[in-house]
Amino acid sequence: MKSALVVFLKEVRENLRDRRTVINTLVTGPLFAPLIFVLLINTLVTREFEKAEKPLPLPVIGAENAPNLIEALRQQRVEIKPAPEDPERAVRDQDADVVLRIPKDFAAAWDKGEPAQVEIIHDGSQRDANSAVGRLRGLLEHYDQRTGALRLVARGLSPAVTNPIVIAERDQSTAQSRASSLFSMLPYFFILGGFIGGMALAIDTTAGERERQSLEPLFANPVPRWQILSGKLGATTVFAITTVLLSILAFAAVGQFLPTEKIGMNLAIGLPFVACTIFVMLPLALLLATLQTLVAAFAKSYREAQTYVSLLMFVPVIPTLMLSIMPFKTLSWMYAVPLMSQQIIITRLLRGDDVPASALALCFFCTGVAALLAYALTLKVYHSERLAISA
Amino acid sequence: MIEVRDLHKAFGKVIAVDGATFAARDGEITGLLGPNGAGKTTTLRCLYTLMQPDRGQVLVDGIDAAADPIAVRRSLGVLPDARGLYKRLSARENIAYFGRLQGIDEATIRQRTDTAIAALEMGDFANRHAEGYSQGQRVKTAIARALIHDPRNVILDEPTNGLDVMATRAMREFLKRLKREGRCVLFSSHIMQEVAALCDRIVVIAKGKVVADDAPEVLRAQTGEANLEDAFVKLIGTEEGLAA
Repeated sequence: MKSALVVFLKEVRENLRDRRTVINTLVTGPLFAPLIFVLLINTLVTREFEKAEKPLPLPVIGAENAPNLIEALRQQRVEIKPAPEDPERAVRDQDADVVLRIPKDFAAAWDKGEPAQVEIIHDGSQRDANSAVGRLRGLLEHYDQRTGALRLVARGLSPAVTNPIVIAERDQSTAQSRASSLFSMLPYFFILGGFIGGMALAIDTTAGERERQSLEPLFANPVPRWQILSGKLGATTVFAITTVLLSILAFAAVGQFLPTEKIGMNLAIGLPFVACTIFVMLPLALLLATLQTLVAAFAKSYREAQTYVSLLMFVPVIPTLMLSIMPFKTLSWMYAVPLMSQQIIITRLLRGDDVPASALALCFFCTGVAALLAYALTLKVYHSERLAISA
Repeated sequence: MIEVRDLHKAFGKVIAVDGATFAARDGEITGLLGPNGAGKTTTLRCLYTLMQPDRGQVLVDGIDAAADPIAVRRSLGVLPDARGLYKRLSARENIAYFGRLQGIDEATIRQRTDTAIAALEMGDFANRHAEGYSQGQRVKTAIARALIHDPRNVILDEPTNGLDVMATRAMREFLKRLKREGRCVLFSSHIMQEVAALCDRIVVIAKGKVVADDAPEVLRAQTGEANLEDAFVKLIGTEEGLAA
């Protein structure tokens, strides 16, 4: 193992002297994702709040047909605007979030006590406008019920007659679990951090070393290949896990500036979180480092290796996408699947749910076994004669 | 002492080495001479166990390379065709890295590095990062690191490739010095003069086969040519790939 340590120390030392690698591992990798994430969340939350508090601008067609309704809307801080010429188009072009149309026969139907129609013109595919549409619909329904109740009272009936069922919602989500639906992307950022952190070294220690023609002299030393490979993988893994750790710390730090308290949420980023996350990320970092090295070993040049390894980056997206599109109930077998188990465990930890020790152990063990298999495969490639020869 | 017995190596249908047999003795410089593509590099790669021969045997100081490749590599100093350095390490650090991989203690590494730096006149660049080294500086560093474990046997693949006149002369002197120290020196070359000027023994290789294996003067007598270059052409039966 002594030679593996020599290789490890040399790779760490050499790569620490490479400014680009250091910036990738210590700055870009860990900070980029959390920063983008914080910006994203901040904009999202702030905008939602602004929308709820601000007056709702509402172009109305035929406002003169229902002056009482318009007055009621005004009292609910709706800013009545003159109608655009082509309301359908205005909505499609996003000039207006929503337009209200009151037909001419509204007043006649209203006076006769028949249902009077109003039209909400909106574009359901514009997610941005959805809150405005929801708000308007709520206001109209409220006005509808109030008027209906008044009419019943005028006829001597109790308004309760029209409400055979009363729905009361009891939302079981906690502050944490509400926060984590926003934060379900976070594990991917940590996994990505591990990926980016190890990438430069995985390529440099195989494809790079071959391209610089230093692999053949290295193999001429009386050191078994597995020791050389272990040293290189060790260095790659250490860089990867450093990126993950810094990424978590960066997130814990910037998490303070998130307006989570505004929406009544709090995130469980404490010491236990950091410890558990690093624990489950350790074997994954080794697995990713090994896979990156394996892929880079097949490439003929540094550039080719970069292309292949970048493509490999899409693999960790798969469980993230699957879990966000199909919100599975967590089943115990999922803790045995590398990548997916890390995803689930980190998400649960963030939500403040507890993760059984057996799940942590299963995740660590299964990812570790996968890493060992990948190691065996890479070692096989390392023993091939073609590996060292650059020309 | 390096012995090669009936060595065969093919890459798919291309036969690189086709039954080569020769020996390089201690205290002698042996030249592996042949045109480009004759199988010199492949033969040497089999010697330092980077490649496994399809058939045949390689013995270094009596150790079978197939049975104990690590021991063989330990008794060999190798300057391969690929002589890349680590650019973000200095020459001194490059040398120390290989010393540690050879399992040598730090004090010995330091002392031998100093000796090599003096012998190869590397003083003015030894502490600078290898980025931007000249070709000659790179070769000197590669040789110093290949010999850090003081091996009995030295293998060099085209050692003067890409060197200017002064550096080539220095390299020749260095090889002679290795010989005086009693080492077994085996180097490949496609350059006539070089082999003629240095070697105690010449192994001429063409199309993967050894076509001659003797002292330069014997080869001249054998072919009836007074000039070694003419003898060489006669031996390989073609003028292809012959450099002045």
